Amino acid sequence: METDKAVSVSKLSRHFGKFIAVDEISFEVNRGEIFGFLGANGAGKTTAIKMLCGLLKPTSGEATVAGFSINSETAKIKKNIGYMSQKFSLYDDLTVKENIEFYGGIYGLSREKISGKTDQLISELNLDKMKNSLTKSLPLGWKQRLALSTSLLHDPSIIFLDEPTGGVDPISRRNFWRIIYEIAGSGKTVFVTTHYMDEAEYCNRISIMHKGKIIELGTPTGLKQKYNKTTMQDIFIHIVGRN
Amino acid sequence: MKLRRIISIIIKEYTHIFRDWRSLLIIILMPVLMIILYGYAITLDMKNLTFAVIDDAKTPESRELIRGFTENRFFVLKYTDIKRNEIESLFKKRAVQMALVIPEDFSESLISNRITKVQLIVDAADSNIGTFINNYSNRVAQLFNEKLNRRSPGILGLEPRILYNPDMKSANFFVPGLVALILLLICSLLTSITITREKETGTLEQILVSPVHPIEIVVGKVVPYITLGFFNGIIIIVFARLLFKVPINGSLSLIAILSLIYIFVALSFGLMISAVAKTQQIAMLATLMATVLPTIMLSGFIFPIASMPLPLQYISKVVPATYFLIIIRGIMLKGIGLAELWQHAAALSGIGLFMLSIATIRFKTTLE
Repeated sequence: METDKAVSVSKLSRHFGKFIAVDEISFEVNRGEIFGFLGANGAGKTTAIKMLCGLLKPTSGEATVAGFSINSETAKIKKNIGYMSQKFSLYDDLTVKENIEFYGGIYGLSREKISGKTDQLISELNLDKMKNSLTKSLPLGWKQRLALSTSLLHDPSIIFLDEPTGGVDPISRRNFWRIIYEIAGSGKTVFVTTHYMDEAEYCNRISIMHKGKIIELGTPTGLKQKYNKTTMQDIFIHIVGRN
Repeated sequence: MKLRRIISIIIKEYTHIFRDWRSLLIIILMPVLMIILYGYAITLDMKNLTFAVIDDAKTPESRELIRGFTENRFFVLKYTDIKRNEIESLFKKRAVQMALVIPEDFSESLISNRITKVQLIVDAADSNIGTFINNYSNRVAQLFNEKLNRRSPGILGLEPRILYNPDMKSANFFVPGLVALILLLICSLLTSITITREKETGTLEQILVSPVHPIEIVVGKVVPYITLGFFNGIIIIVFARLLFKVPINGSLSLIAILSLIYIFVALSFGLMISAVAKTQQIAMLATLMATVLPTIMLSGFIFPIASMPLPLQYISKVVPATYFLIIIRGIMLKGIGLAELWQHAAALSGIGLFMLSIATIRFKTTLE
């Protein structure tokens, strides 16, 4: 199924008991776009992203990711997406190389392909000297870049990044976003959540989530004009304060 | 199912196991420690029971009777020539378990062929010890009668022949049971921790967004631990043989094969717990509770199932150790084979498969 929409969401909700984490959100993400999910902690960003990745079942509503329904075709979705969570999720007690080989393996890549990819990634990330050291010995910024690279091993068309730069220094964050641009430049769709306002500026389009709802959606420039503000920070405070 | 994915998980699990050598050491040493501890602590053998004698007769015959008690490893004569009123205080102090009072006219009475009574006082607070003393004393009296009165009319005499454990060593009964207890505990602990640990670190989430099927995760996790559990089983049996001289009358390879089935059951049980438990601590506690107690109380490990109330007997039928105990004791002590044991082996396999299916189903691809 080919559509020009990488993600298309319609009235998607998720309840936890009485608490409504995500409340009837609807939006679309174009192919090759960097789409940002902006919101305070607890706004429902992670819940929304988990539903799109097939990790959580929605309470109601529908969405398609890479053309497949999140209600009935999660197995197909999983082959087409990459996911990197806010929790750094490589194995600390495995080496860099072993981590790459493991994730390549569970995506069913062939032995030759994995070894090729491993060499490629290690040289791209300048990890030659570190490839046989345990992952826990890497600095956080590098760990995150490694996690990003491993989530791209199977060449997915969409990549979900859930607060990928949490706790990282500004320089590493800049580097990380440079890679995100490269990924998007290669035609992949990047879906990223963040609560850093400066990062919102890097996105093609952003949606602002508040208490489970999407309360604003547009390009950074468009939103600045609409609210007559110069920074995303001001816009965010203005909109969230209003709601 | 894709073999490539399963192999990746297996390799990764082995790497975890061998990299963390401290845990590996614990996994290997724990069974050794447990078998030494339990093996020496749990015994029903009667040894060194103490007793007191008031010998008012002081004749060769009365001394002969006392020798009947002391010439074996069961009884130790601790007090002689005490006053009658001291007996009670000795019992209260738990200084003796038995007291023998031989009357003054003991020998005369015997010689004149009268019925001669000797008083035996037994502390039966522990009913097993009480019964044992009672039985043993009767046997002493019988032997005494036979020796004294060879012309005695032929009365019924049982000639017991004790099979399978002729020395009646309780270690021969308990140590195979320990194999069942330790294997179950260690193997189910191993797997119950492995998945909950991945839940805690968040790596499970990363695996779940990949196309891996739960059955592939489950198989990938079980295989490495089967080898580890099997290695543990060998250690336990070697130690059982060396330390407790437990006989192995049956086929070693049959023990190996059926132990593998039992290990599989234990691992599946651990997986079942880890698919539900949220943290490692909960998983560990649940595993301990659900393995140790039923195995010790309800499997026939110590207490015979036949003398339990009916509802408990039904429960014992779903305790895996119930079947494995019959298997391992049967092979080690009786030297029996698959012809007698296949039903129990089948029951074990059934329980294992059932648990593994539950684990796979409960193992949610979604993280709800």
